[in-house]
Amino acid sequence: MDKIEVTFTLNEVEVTRSIAADSRLLDLLRYECGETGTKEGCGEGECGACCVLLDGLPVNSCLVPAFQVCGRSVHTAESARPTDLEKLNASGTAQCGACSPGVVMVTRFLTQNPDVARDVDLRQFMSGNLCRCTGYDGILEGVKSVLGDHERIDSDEGPA
Amino acid sequence: MSVGDSLPRIDGIDKLGGRTRYVDDIAMPGMLHAGTVRAPVARGVVKKIRFDPGVNWDKFVIADHKDLPGENVVATIQNDMPALVDREIRYKHEPVLLLAHRSIRKLREALAAVRVEVEALPAVADPLAPLAPEQVQHGDDNVFKRIDIRKGDPAAVFRDAPHVVEGLYYTGAQEHLYIEPNGVISYFEAGRLVVAGSMQCPYYMLDALTRAFGRTRESFRVIQLPTGGGFGGKEEFPSILAIHAALLAEKSGAPVKLVYDRVEDMAASTKRHPGVVKHRTALDRDGKLLAMEIDVVLDGGAYVTLSPVVLSRGALHACGAYSCDNVHVHAEARLTNSPPYGAFRGFGAPQTIFALERHMDVAAGKLGLKPEELRRCNLLKPGDTMATGQVYREKTDLAALLDRALTYAGYETKRREHEVFNSTHPYLRRGVGMASFMHGAGFTGGGEVYLASEVEVEAAADGSINVLTAQCDMGQGCDTTLAQVAADRLGVAVDAVKAVRPDTSIVPNSGPTVASRTIMVVGKLVSRACGDLLRQVAGRDDISGEKAIAAIRAWHDGNPGGRLIGRAKYAKPVELDWDEDAYQGDAYATYGWASYVAEIEVDLRTYVVRAVDFVALQEVGKTVNPAIAAGQIQGGVAQGIGWALYESVALEDGAMSNTQMTNYVIPCCGDLPPIRVYFEEQPSQYGPRGAKGIGELPMDGPAPAIVNAVCQALKINVNETPLTPERLMEHLEFADHG
Amino acid sequence: MNILQPRDLKEALDMLAADAESMTPIAGGTDLMVSWPHKPHDGLCLLDLSSLKEELGSIVVTDDYVELGALVTYWEVIRDERLADLLPLLREAASQVGAIQIQTRGTWAGNIAHGSPGADGVTVLMAYDAEVVLASAAGDVVTPLDSYYTGYKLTVRRPDQLIRAIRIPLRSRGVQWFHKVGARTAQAISKVGVAMVREDSSDAPAAWRVTANSVMPYVCRGRNLEQELASGRIFSSPEEIRRVLDADVAPIDDIRSTAEYRATVLSRLIYMQLAG
Repeated sequence: MDKIEVTFTLNEVEVTRSIAADSRLLDLLRYECGETGTKEGCGEGECGACCVLLDGLPVNSCLVPAFQVCGRSVHTAESARPTDLEKLNASGTAQCGACSPGVVMVTRFLTQNPDVARDVDLRQFMSGNLCRCTGYDGILEGVKSVLGDHERIDSDEGPA
Repeated sequence: MSVGDSLPRIDGIDKLGGRTRYVDDIAMPGMLHAGTVRAPVARGVVKKIRFDPGVNWDKFVIADHKDLPGENVVATIQNDMPALVDREIRYKHEPVLLLAHRSIRKLREALAAVRVEVEALPAVADPLAPLAPEQVQHGDDNVFKRIDIRKGDPAAVFRDAPHVVEGLYYTGAQEHLYIEPNGVISYFEAGRLVVAGSMQCPYYMLDALTRAFGRTRESFRVIQLPTGGGFGGKEEFPSILAIHAALLAEKSGAPVKLVYDRVEDMAASTKRHPGVVKHRTALDRDGKLLAMEIDVVLDGGAYVTLSPVVLSRGALHACGAYSCDNVHVHAEARLTNSPPYGAFRGFGAPQTIFALERHMDVAAGKLGLKPEELRRCNLLKPGDTMATGQVYREKTDLAALLDRALTYAGYETKRREHEVFNSTHPYLRRGVGMASFMHGAGFTGGGEVYLASEVEVEAAADGSINVLTAQCDMGQGCDTTLAQVAADRLGVAVDAVKAVRPDTSIVPNSGPTVASRTIMVVGKLVSRACGDLLRQVAGRDDISGEKAIAAIRAWHDGNPGGRLIGRAKYAKPVELDWDEDAYQGDAYATYGWASYVAEIEVDLRTYVVRAVDFVALQEVGKTVNPAIAAGQIQGGVAQGIGWALYESVALEDGAMSNTQMTNYVIPCCGDLPPIRVYFEEQPSQYGPRGAKGIGELPMDGPAPAIVNAVCQALKINVNETPLTPERLMEHLEFADHG
Repeated sequence: MNILQPRDLKEALDMLAADAESMTPIAGGTDLMVSWPHKPHDGLCLLDLSSLKEELGSIVVTDDYVELGALVTYWEVIRDERLADLLPLLREAASQVGAIQIQTRGTWAGNIAHGSPGADGVTVLMAYDAEVVLASAAGDVVTPLDSYYTGYKLTVRRPDQLIRAIRIPLRSRGVQWFHKVGARTAQAISKVGVAMVREDSSDAPAAWRVTANSVMPYVCRGRNLEQELASGRIFSSPEEIRRVLDADVAPIDDIRSTAEYRATVLSRLIYMQLAG
């Protein structure tokens, strides 16, 4: 397999790597950059464990070809704000932790886009992050805790 | 004072921030990637293994059954399952050959370049179908285990019973779908083979290694790494990976990482035993249970593995939380040529409790009683005996517990509102259903005696405390809660206490992380070990806090360089009496008791059922960490709802064919309502500060509660899981209404 | 594996004109990249369209039509307030494609090009009578989306052509409805999906467009049903709708669902929507 060179910004730091041409962003992060915080749960873009922010938007890194990341910015769970992690943890967002980094990145997206956070039904919005441990209540409590009192449509609070 | 505090999980920040390192996050110099060549048929004999000449096989490490220094078995109960196929294939995907290479890319290419040529043999697909002689592969009838539980004289009662109700109930397989797949890494260190990875039971793995290699325990070191979910799927199954990786590590002299990708994990790993349960029940005119005849068949897959114990728990929960004087439970685990079915949260109880709790609604319907009425008049009262003769001595009034669950759920109001709603809405229908049940905590009967668990608690000179057990945190939070138990017992800050990583070179064997035993059985031992430690430093165990720390410091001053270790070993409570041969007596030390209420909505356009409200009420002795406990209940309920409505294992040649997350569907966030959890506490003498086991309890109730709700809404009888929209359509459009 | 990264559309089209048969265009990759390690990559030549965002990434709104550039994603449509009123089914379908992580990468053109029989985006685009603008070195060709497919994953697109844009006419629409049935609320491939649009005009009878997915080898129109609806027929049961649909659709059993379920549910959904 031929090699390509990819230069991109990872958690605010510019990095360059020479990688196999058919690498996924997930492989680039985990194996070439040693940022193992992003997990591979399924390899098919279903579970969201591999979710990172690409130019500020949540993506499944198992579906992003590494060659498309040149010149772009990627943020992973390792860049999360400690106060966000504290709030998530205090709400029971993490149990086994395998889905957690993906959840953290979607949370980050919401904090950076309060207009989106205001518009969406949180339960629906978090549906791209599959979790087998929590039943999702701990995750939703955590995300709400981080978002604070933004006005938001939330099916949990609607009529039964 | 620590126990009872909803402390944030101590490992949570690292997990959330991506700093926790699971097995696939680890790389070692010179590491090889390993893969498994698998059997292509459900049953057969290996004729030849062909290696494509286009691959340079000299660059690969290759291992087969002949390379095993010890016995070619994966040690569990009967040791009938080989670690690698010798000649006989008993299930599709059975491991035949192992390959390892530095490059994972070359490994993947090579795996596709090996062909296992077989002569197929007649496979068994249906555990209920009559057997042809050439299909017998175990004993003389393919039955792995039979269990009979007898009480009174049911046959006599049926003759004159005013009501006899029969029912047949089917439960499907279930895939654990832990978000982190199975994986281990094996390497040499100080002349010893180390196996580290994702697991629930390091000592099970150690025993499997000693057997397969024919060596002592000291020749190996097994370490549990942070584990991304288990649910039973990493109880016995990873022993296979351990043997495989260690074999390759020994053959190559290099570290070997063996991680399954999602497709392989789903195809080849254990699943929940599919079950068929037949009920024949005699009742009097008021609905009192007079006799129960229950026939249980569990599909065990190709080898015995854990089926006898799954069957045991299933049989012991088959009569549930009800009082009945005449009982016969006959249970069998049978062979089919499928990948062996294995441990999955609930361990046989979800299957038999589904059947029982559906049957109670069916019986109520036949007698013209409300489902809650039938339950109230049969739930155990103090002095009543369970199916094995165990006396109900708990303080909880189970009928009142049910009533409280119904109150929290707003059951009566909902029933009234639904009647109106259902008669006016063009296509939506709503219903509520319930389940009352229990789950035995700890190993069955003599199991804990057999395990002979030991724990240690070590106090350092600076006052820091280490808790040494083999209990593995797989998300259920025992690293936090066991630390809380010790901190509470010693009266010290929980920050000063750490549950050390389960490592067989460091921790004693406190038994497996299964059977809802970690907090109750092992936690109790931790508490006793703290007591032992205090007696060593102070001659008494009723000091705590500053006094305890001072005594610890003083001990270290008087014993420089010494290790201060408190110990405890399991001792069977003298009042518990279990007869394994007769299956009579105290089956479990104690039980969690629960009543769950599910509200559903069905869309008659699409037959899609969704849960819209869920109440989970349980009496659990004491919650060590209420937030963690609530999270366990919510997660278990979600898994139960998944099993009831969403999760379907499709089989081809006996093995799972829908091996992608897009086709094996677990509930996502948007599918579930908030899961409302309520705890009640009647402290039990068997656990630390009264705590009982809760890990599996929430798995037992949701499926029958959900299906009962659907049946109530639509006035039908559906007796199977998963109740997919396609199946519901079949029932409504083509089947007789119940 | 070869990667070609044209700097603009002209270069991309020239590359295709030279050697189209060997190239696989890739935009967001949410179809192509699924289970990527399991797919063979040697000999694959990917034509990376992602850097053509400037030329192909716009949403243009005029009085007569909305044009989605080939690289416009589901998420961009969801967040474009203009489209909420003009073409509400786009947002509805887009928000039920996968989840946020797929919506930010998946493109409407990719959904058309991939040709999945269960395509959610295609279902609503076809109900809106969208046209596909196919570009090549030889110029543009415009094809109605409902003539785009000729068989299972077979289209009229020549190998040297790329979808450049999707053009959706703006008409007076009295009925706009979409429903997707998946195995769960989100992150689900469609078991069956349907869209119905009624185009009203002051000087002609109403015209209906009924599209369905997962019931034919490609997203299709239910033309018989459309004619019945246009003629003013009132249906009194789902079975009546089913009888008409049986001439338009031929669902199959597959890993996700059954033919009987798909046909039954499609009829029931349409019936209830019309009756309601």
